[in-house]
Amino acid sequence: MAEYTMHILVCGGTGCKASQSEHIRKNFKSRLNEYGLADEIQVILTGCFGFCEKGPIVKILPDNTFYTQVTPEDVAEIVDEHIIKGRKVERLLYIDPKTNESVGDSKEADFYKKQVRIALRNCGFIDPENIEEYIGRNGYSALGTCLTEKTPDEVIRIVKDSGLRGRGGGGFPTGLKWELTKKSISDQKYVVCNADEGDPGAFMDRSILEGDPHSVLEAMAICGYCIGADKGLVYIRAEYPLAIERLKIAINQAREYGLLGSDILGTGFNFDVEIRYGAGAFVCGEETALIHSMEGKRGEPTVKPPFPAEKGYNGKPTNVNNVETFANIPVIINKGAEWFSSIGTANSKGTKVFALAGNINNVGLIEVPLGITLREIIYDIGGGIKDGREFKAVQTGGPSGGCLTKSFLDTPIDYDNLLAAGSMMGSGGMIVLDDSNCMVAIAKFYLEFTLDESCGKCTPCRIGNKRLYEILEKITKGEGTPEDLERLRLLSNVIKDTSLCGLGQTSPNPVLSTLDHFYDEYVAHVTTAICPAGQCKALVHYTIDAEKCTGCTLCFRNCSVGAISGERKEPHYIDQSICIKCGVCFEKCKFDAVLIG
Amino acid sequence: MNKIKNLADLRKLQSEVQSKIKIRENGNTPESFIQIKVAMATCGIASGAKETMMFMIAELEHQGIDAVVTQTGCMSYCYAEPTIELTIPGQPPVVYGFVNKTKALEIIEKHIKLNEMVDGIIPVTYSNIDK
Repeated sequence: MAEYTMHILVCGGTGCKASQSEHIRKNFKSRLNEYGLADEIQVILTGCFGFCEKGPIVKILPDNTFYTQVTPEDVAEIVDEHIIKGRKVERLLYIDPKTNESVGDSKEADFYKKQVRIALRNCGFIDPENIEEYIGRNGYSALGTCLTEKTPDEVIRIVKDSGLRGRGGGGFPTGLKWELTKKSISDQKYVVCNADEGDPGAFMDRSILEGDPHSVLEAMAICGYCIGADKGLVYIRAEYPLAIERLKIAINQAREYGLLGSDILGTGFNFDVEIRYGAGAFVCGEETALIHSMEGKRGEPTVKPPFPAEKGYNGKPTNVNNVETFANIPVIINKGAEWFSSIGTANSKGTKVFALAGNINNVGLIEVPLGITLREIIYDIGGGIKDGREFKAVQTGGPSGGCLTKSFLDTPIDYDNLLAAGSMMGSGGMIVLDDSNCMVAIAKFYLEFTLDESCGKCTPCRIGNKRLYEILEKITKGEGTPEDLERLRLLSNVIKDTSLCGLGQTSPNPVLSTLDHFYDEYVAHVTTAICPAGQCKALVHYTIDAEKCTGCTLCFRNCSVGAISGERKEPHYIDQSICIKCGVCFEKCKFDAVLIG
Repeated sequence: MNKIKNLADLRKLQSEVQSKIKIRENGNTPESFIQIKVAMATCGIASGAKETMMFMIAELEHQGIDAVVTQTGCMSYCYAEPTIELTIPGQPPVVYGFVNKTKALEIIEKHIKLNEMVDGIIPVTYSNIDK
């Protein structure tokens, strides 16, 4: 059995690979071979370290030395100095930007703090179907502390002081919501967990329910204790079968252990949770529509006030919070308001989970302290843009949000800054776009979603969005006029001003935000009938430059519809009447002979 | 299971469970065994985590290796599904990405049997609240 005394980890993430990490690994292996150390020191290619800005990364174990921006030429020095003589190569160590000192042991480095897991603390760590694993991670002790040592008012004060705001999109202060529901006098109150996650591309709530369902149940019980409710309801979309399954298991186990039900922990406090299923309508994430759906009525929003805190489910005071909001609560109780509010920015405390998607290398769920910049998210955690393309924008807040352009790369992300930038936090979907994405098409995509999801109650939303969509379709077909751009803006503002609920009020946001930030692109579509990103198929024509074409037949062989003809070693030709504009010829051509126009 | 009747009961159970987990993590006793967690959220399962898990259970049993394979939630490395976390007693846990059957076999043959790490490790990129 080989006993390695040391491991050299070389980052093989896309970013580092692009800067020769494969070459670095080879050099390490051959250098170690020269010294006859290949059997004692192992070289391993790893996944992304999440620190691509300083790549390629090399980490030496067991001493946790972290080398940044290593080149293949540096390898000899690292082996000779560090491995043989045991001296760290100072010039390659990570320099802490705050102290300007080199960091020898990566455990002390600041970059791990880019991601802090509070809501996701147990996801991927415990077995979600075993309550004891949750209990072993301090589970249900927050509930125990609240029930035995604290009054409801004291707990509400902690939640208020922590600065926690609703993670479902609106950002309403959670403690204040609890206080309002507590103040409503009634014989029956309800705690509702909103698990109707509807934003395209957002899946943090599903992941929490699938990975750590007890954290939500515990928080709901704490909320019930605070507001004086003995009944909790989880409203979850039926299209999340695994989350429902795990939630059911969790509820049953909690009942079995006496952590839900009557006389919890011998304190006389009763609380039980039931599940209510939704059919997956986007509008049902809005709390009044959600409550109507739970009552068995049509999922349509109604005017607030009265707020659910006064008149909610079955006309009784109801406190509605989102899954991620609840998942934060037990930690806040255990570690204190001060600890939680030390993370984040002035008005946005704690962390936020984002679902990173789109044209980015490390697609995934991330949990970051609020106040982090977009640059850190995209280039450090996300590993940069796919295929080395150029960053164009990030769509946040889903169909209700807007896009953030390059100029916002260094803006700290929090509720207020996103609003000021014309977008919103939303539930935390983050879709990264590069220069191949047409912004008009993006706006159209989101509008198509809201069009489908509008409940139809208000005319501006039902018909206005349809008209908006038609104008956008006209533009992407190259039939738009400059007047259309004015019409888009005018109609958008009318829809915003005259719709009843958040869905209608925010549905034109993607249109307005792309009009603001990418007006040139719209103008190009309507004046010259050109799609600068080359995405709007109706506006794109592929032609072959006869001068550059070498007649290699590569495009001819890859064309799936047989639109390309030509003799070997002679210039080829694309028949526009057959071409479906898939762009394969453009991608395949090695001589830049295929032109987009 | 008897109901937990008061806070003291809860704390007792907590410390019992914690010490059980500690034993697993530190591996100081003969009860220590190799532990494999498979990230089994909807997305992991969709990209084959179930097959990976079944394969590992069967293969470890076939080879007579004493290991515990459990499921867990989303590890958040969506780009690298299926993902597993392997803990060899006495060593820090290691996360592997893109674990299909071939990779799983390589991990069993090399990492578990010979204690040689293999390519495809995903480094820890976040800090936990306990630290």
